Amino acid sequence: MSETLDTLDLVTWLTAYRDAVTEQRAWLTELDSAIGDADHGANMARGMGAVVDKLDQGVPATVDELLKSVGMTLVSSVGGASGPLYGTFFLRMGMSAGAVPSLDGPALAATIRAGLDGIVARGKAELGDKTMFDAMAPAVDALDAALAGGASLADATAAAAAAAVAGRDATVPLVARKGRASYLGERSAGHMDPGAASTAILFETLASTVAGPGR
Amino acid sequence: MKKFINAPEAVLADSLRGVQAAHPELVVDFEHRVILRGTPKAQGTVALVSGGGSGHEPLHGGFVGEGMLDAAVAGEVFTSPTPDQILAATKAVDRGAGVLHIVKNYTGDVLNFEMAAELAAADGVEVATVVTNDDVAVQDSTWTAGRRGVGVTVLVEKIAGAAAEAGADLATVAALAERINANGRSFGIALTSCTVPAVGHPTFDLPDDEIEIGVGIHGEPGRHRIPIAPAAELAKHLVEPVLADLDFTGGPTIVMLNGLGGTPLIELYLLYGEVAALLEQAGVTVARSLVGNYITSLDMAGASVTVLKADDEVLKLWDAPVNTPGLRWGR
Repeated sequence: MSETLDTLDLVTWLTAYRDAVTEQRAWLTELDSAIGDADHGANMARGMGAVVDKLDQGVPATVDELLKSVGMTLVSSVGGASGPLYGTFFLRMGMSAGAVPSLDGPALAATIRAGLDGIVARGKAELGDKTMFDAMAPAVDALDAALAGGASLADATAAAAAAAVAGRDATVPLVARKGRASYLGERSAGHMDPGAASTAILFETLASTVAGPGR
Repeated sequence: MKKFINAPEAVLADSLRGVQAAHPELVVDFEHRVILRGTPKAQGTVALVSGGGSGHEPLHGGFVGEGMLDAAVAGEVFTSPTPDQILAATKAVDRGAGVLHIVKNYTGDVLNFEMAAELAAADGVEVATVVTNDDVAVQDSTWTAGRRGVGVTVLVEKIAGAAAEAGADLATVAALAERINANGRSFGIALTSCTVPAVGHPTFDLPDDEIEIGVGIHGEPGRHRIPIAPAAELAKHLVEPVLADLDFTGGPTIVMLNGLGGTPLIELYLLYGEVAALLEQAGVTVARSLVGNYITSLDMAGASVTVLKADDEVLKLWDAPVNTPGLRWGR
C-alpha cells in the first residue's frame, strides 16, 4: 500500500466525501434543525457537489492548486458559516502544501494542521465550544501521534478518523458557545453538533481512501 | 403555505427581477445578486456595502441610493451571501476612498464578510467593517456568538450613509458607524412565527393565545413566552429591556418602531403611541421617530423597538436627504 497521496488520491477522497455527505444529508440537516437553521446537509451536499463537478472538468497537476481550487469552490457555494470554515480549511491546506505532486504522511499531517489553524483563525473556536473544531483537533493530534510512533499512513488516518468520531460524540452533552446554536444556551445540550458530524465524515472518508483498493 | 411565489427555489431571483422592474434608478447584478445605485457616487468618496440573508426587506436592498448604501448583497432567505458576491459588490462601488462593510452579528454573515474583506484587500481595496449587535434579548458574553444585529442596522446605514455622502473619510465613517451601534439598543416580540418559502411551514409553533418575547429576525426562539395581552402591556415588554440596558436620558434620541412583516401599520402606530408614552414617563426625549416595516422577518407578525442615543451631529445626519426605495426624505 502506498505511503503517499497524489492528486488523483485526493480527488478520490473528495469524491468519497461528496458521496458520504450526499448520502447522509438528511441526518446532517436533522442535527442542524435541532440547534441551528436546518441547512447543513443541503449546504454540504451542494458544496461538495460543486467541488466534484469542477474536478470532473480537469484535475490540477499539483496538490496546492487542487486544494486551493476546492477551497474557493466551497467558499462560493456552501454559504452560511460552514462555507468560509470548510473553504478556509482547504485554502490553508493548499497554501501549506506547496507545488508538489503528492504528499507523504508527515506532509499530509502538516497540511491538515495548517487547515485546522485556518479554521481556528477564522472561527475563533476552542475545544468544548461544540463546533467542528471538537472533532477536527483530536483527529489532527491523533494523526501526528500515530505517524510519530511509526504507524503506516493507513493506520494513522484510521486513528485520526476514530479520534474525530469520538470528538464528534463528545459534543452531545456540551452547551454551544459559538454560532447560532449558542443563542439556545442550555437548550443546545443533548444534541450532536452538525459541523462536528460532517468533520468526522471527512476523516472517515480520508481513512477509507488511504485503505482503499488499488493503492 | 399561501405565498406569492412561482417556486420556492426561485424566490430570490424572481424578487430581484421585480426590484429591477420597479426601480430603474437602481442596477441589479443578477449574477452576484447585488443591488447597486444606477448613478455611482463621485470618485474619492467612501462607499457603503451591506447585505445578509434575504427575507428582511426593505433591509438591505431597499436602502440602496443617495444618502444610504452604495450596494446591497442578497443571500438566500435567512442565509448569508458568499464572499465572492460580497467581493463583487465591494469592487464595483469602490471610488478609491475605501468601502465600509455593515454586517449584522450572525456567525455566517461575519465570516463571509471577513473573507470578502481579505480578498478585497488583496485586490487593493481598503475595507473597514462595523458589526452591529444591538439586540438586548441575547446576553452579550464571551461564551456566545454575542448579541444579534437587528434594528440599529437601519440607523447605521442612514447615518453613516449621510456622512459618506458629505465626504467624510473611511476612518471617520467607520468610527461614526461604531458609535451609532454602541449607542443603540433593540428588542422584539413576535405574535406569530414566520414561514421560509423553501421550508413551507412555520419555523416554530406558537399557540394562538401566546406570544414570543425577545425574538430575532430569523424566527429564532426568544427569551420566553407569555399569554397575549393589551398593547399597553406589550409595549412595556418592548421598552423595559431596552431602557434597562442603557441610560437614554439626558439627550435626544431617535426611536424606531419596526414591524416584523406581518403586522399592519394601524397596529404599529397604536403600539408606537404606547411606546412613546412609556419613554416620556422614563424621561427619554424622542427627537425623531420612524414607524413602519424596515427590518422584517418574512411574514412574522410582531414588532421591535430600537432606541438610539443621538446628538446634534447625529440628528443633522439623520435629517440629511435620502432617496432610496425604503427611506426617502429631504430635497
